[in-house]
Amino acid sequence: MSSLIAADRICVRFGEDEVLHDVSLQISPGEIVTILGPNGSGKSTLLRALLGIVPVAEGRILRQAGLRVGYVPQRLTIDRTMPITVRRFLSLPVRVTDAEADAALVRVGMAGHGQDQMIALSGGQLQRVLLARALLGKPQVLMLDEPTQGLDQPGEAAFYRLIEQVRRETGAAVLMVSHDLHVVMAASDRVICLNGHICCEGTPRVVSTAPEYRALFGLGTQGALALYRHEHDHEHRPEDGHHHHPHDHGHHHA
Amino acid sequence: MLDDFLVRAGLAAVGLSLATGPLGAFVVWRRMAYFGDATAHAAVLGVALALAIDLPIGLGTLVVALAMAVTVAGLSARGWAMDTTLGVLAHSALAFGLVAVSFFPTVRTDLSAYLFGDILAVSKAELGLVWLGSLAVLALLVWRWSALLTSTLSEDLAHAAGLRPDRERLVLVVALALVVAVALKIVGALLIAAMLIIPAAAARSLARTPEAMAGLAVLIGAIAGLGGLGLSLWQDTPTGPSIVVMATGLFAVGALVRRA
Repeated sequence: MSSLIAADRICVRFGEDEVLHDVSLQISPGEIVTILGPNGSGKSTLLRALLGIVPVAEGRILRQAGLRVGYVPQRLTIDRTMPITVRRFLSLPVRVTDAEADAALVRVGMAGHGQDQMIALSGGQLQRVLLARALLGKPQVLMLDEPTQGLDQPGEAAFYRLIEQVRRETGAAVLMVSHDLHVVMAASDRVICLNGHICCEGTPRVVSTAPEYRALFGLGTQGALALYRHEHDHEHRPEDGHHHHPHDHGHHHA
Repeated sequence: MLDDFLVRAGLAAVGLSLATGPLGAFVVWRRMAYFGDATAHAAVLGVALALAIDLPIGLGTLVVALAMAVTVAGLSARGWAMDTTLGVLAHSALAFGLVAVSFFPTVRTDLSAYLFGDILAVSKAELGLVWLGSLAVLALLVWRWSALLTSTLSEDLAHAAGLRPDRERLVLVVALALVVAVALKIVGALLIAAMLIIPAAAARSLARTPEAMAGLAVLIGAIAGLGGLGLSLWQDTPTGPSIVVMATGLFAVGALVRRA
């Protein structure tokens, strides 16, 4: 098996609701895959199914034996009653040495923040610390669930550049979920559009080649963002049982 | 030395705080205060059960508290409206317990001992049980510490790290039932939850890490225990409430220190 982790025709149901239908996906070493889709399209569920948090009703999740996965959750709300420093957080649940922790913080641009309280971090800082923690496990696959939610565009671009750099330095594959239907990480090797099932797959169009887009995205992004054009080549025939999926997710305001 | 009832009482208070400190920290972090109440109130029902079928009081309490804790944990996993459910369970357990206990005339006169504790009457055997139970809880929490802490921060992160958050929840449930059984004699059913929450809350404002908060909660619990004992002797007040009053005083001091 050359792929690190794969979903083989999986269905996920919550009670009566089928959240994911017949989804297949493979992640190969070193590639960056972006999953996007509207709210409620099952993006996070797909990630959680790959991680084994959510059970699949049908199909299989295939993981390479001993696969090391780093996970950056969508959000981490730490109760204000829990005092915890960034340094302590990095050692959960596996203890790391101070040198390892420092190196991880340097890599994500958070050097010197080890003694900060977690609840005092800004949204962008918290994402970076979550990434640092994920990297400490030396992951072969990094899974990120809407890591740029709540960041402004320069913040988003900076985070994407960081992910790209991590991939370059560690060779880790990256699977990222994004809520933005049109603007994706430029370094994505593949973009998968999900809406309960896989609607389309493609590659992002690099924005930096088009001056008008560059103007639109400002100069601060340095080519980290790209556009994705949806090309839904399949019709949803009534007999395939999925005509109830409206395919109007955001194409109008493109 | 153990022949002195005051020494026994003091040792019992210190022993209990070894368990209530770290467990209380989890109760605070996971917002399980009402959960603690429900479990503690069930202890009175446990007393009645123990008397009815001639079991040691501690064992009856442990069994009923465990049953209550497992029930509540099960319901919360199924997504019941927890606030209401816990309210119904906590208060009905207490009411049923009080009604059931009233059928035993000998206990009836002694009821306040179960509601408010009777630390000054702790026997050597009971002292041994307090320490045994508390050390067991402490050992359990230390053993599972990293997994518990990760699950408390984020169940998803715990899952992704190969941990089982549902199992860790069960660890806390068992620990809670043990503490209730141990603490009944010392602070009484009504105030067990207070001994879990107040020292941990007092420690919060002074700590920078989870471990420091748990450790400080032990210290504050022990000081409150000894101080409450002193207050009780000096003013002839009920001991359990006196301990909680001292803990609350320390909480206020901690909050002021933080402000200053």
